[in-house]
Amino acid sequence: MLTPTYMDYSATTPVDFRVAKKMANYLTMEGDFGNAASRSHYYGWQAEKAVDEARSQVASLVGADPREIVWTSGATESDNLAIKGIANFYHKRGKHIITMKTEHKAILDTCRQLEREGFEVTYLEPLSSGLLDINVFKDAIREDTILASIMHVNNEIGVIQDIQSIGDVCREHKIFFHVDAAQSVGKISIDLASLPVDLMSFSAHKIYGPKGMGALYVSRKPRVRLEAQMHGGGHERGMRSGTLATHQIVGMGEAFAIAKAEMLVEGKKIKQLRDRLLEGFSDMEEVVINGDIEQRVPGNLNISFNYVEGESLMMAISDVAVSSGSACTSASLEPSYVLRALGRSDELAHSSIRFSIGRYTTEKDVDDTIRLVREKVEKLRDLSPLWDMFKEGIDLSTVQWAAH
Amino acid sequence: MAYGKKVLDHYENPRNVGVLDKDAKNVGTGMVGAPACGDVMRLQIQVNDKGVIEDAKFKTYGCGSAIASSSLLTEWVKGKTVDEASEIKNTEIVEELELPPVKIHCSVLAEDAIKAAINDLKSKAG
Repeated sequence: MLTPTYMDYSATTPVDFRVAKKMANYLTMEGDFGNAASRSHYYGWQAEKAVDEARSQVASLVGADPREIVWTSGATESDNLAIKGIANFYHKRGKHIITMKTEHKAILDTCRQLEREGFEVTYLEPLSSGLLDINVFKDAIREDTILASIMHVNNEIGVIQDIQSIGDVCREHKIFFHVDAAQSVGKISIDLASLPVDLMSFSAHKIYGPKGMGALYVSRKPRVRLEAQMHGGGHERGMRSGTLATHQIVGMGEAFAIAKAEMLVEGKKIKQLRDRLLEGFSDMEEVVINGDIEQRVPGNLNISFNYVEGESLMMAISDVAVSSGSACTSASLEPSYVLRALGRSDELAHSSIRFSIGRYTTEKDVDDTIRLVREKVEKLRDLSPLWDMFKEGIDLSTVQWAAH
Repeated sequence: MAYGKKVLDHYENPRNVGVLDKDAKNVGTGMVGAPACGDVMRLQIQVNDKGVIEDAKFKTYGCGSAIASSSLLTEWVKGKTVDEASEIKNTEIVEELELPPVKIHCSVLAEDAIKAAINDLKSKAG
């Protein structure tokens, strides 16, 4: 069977062959299968050594001290641990948290939960570019603000927030600063030795490591304390109990080490391919790029083909695996909340497609995608009553729709 | 989500795509849905002097199931009288296209569209 071209690297990535090969050494009787917490024998020591090496690899990519890395099951858990951990530990200092409307659900739903527990959360609106206006952020700070959580790179539109400036403001006001870096690490440089960030979430599977694996950076200087969310054997200095998954950890370490070695060259190649894809659509009518095109991670292109519904376009280009902000891809019938927060109209949000390019994307993949998308957009526009109306010069926002 | 064979067939080879003269006395036009909800259907029927639907056309903005529902409906109504067409139920569309629960609203929209087209036709007849 001919499999579709993969252009959904922001959803997940395949495990790099080099990573998978290394992981396989930590599972079987012949390998280092031990429990890193077994301090009394060879098997435990071998596992501990592997975990330590991986911790250094992860820390090294982001300019952190290995002792600042806490293993988790993924960025969702890291986000939960960071936000609930700070809120629960420092709640006597204040009960106010600041975040953005365009954050990942792992942040938003965690904040909603804290609201139910008596915290107050401010959800900031982005600019239409998707970026955060630093003055809007400053204005939201209160006496009782204890934490700000702003993602580094947005998962849908790929825009890069200025975490240096946001962090500087946080330091000035003695607010803890958490950054979800699941979509940025290994793609753009991060130096936690100089960045004013207290907590940062990472995921392995977004950069060719295994799923079910992540980490949380917890700063030592200044010292940040967390209330554990997972209790048990006191692993990870008491912040996250549970036997360490050596093979997963080794996989994450190797993926991060490869990213450190190859990121610069790979980023350039991926950006060229992304720009080629964008160029291929540039002369089409009624095409809108969602999110700032300059402050954006190399592999992401989120684009709306107006008057064509996103899911039907995905179905038409089923030879290419992409995502859409269309409601029809979810059961909720609500289009992407990220695009809505940018002030995009419903129909533009419904018409959005996210292409994300990665390590194994080729020029041919991009060219095939351009050809297919152009052909199918034209076909679907011929089928679209909205396209007819647009061509007749009718302003769709003035039409009385019979909503259902 | 994987699509059913019949949905794919109608989606890839939609029947009766097009436009009829909406000002003609024997043409009824129904436009239902809203861009905000992600589907808009325009369904048109043309009747002869015996009240039989001799042509039907549609255009749909929406997901594959919405396109397939309207395409199927245009096939079904041709040759039927207006009264017969008004009795088509969305559940018949669901059954024929094997639509999953999350796509049932597409079939509801198609039923609304044919009803709206018939109403338009009747209002023209005065």
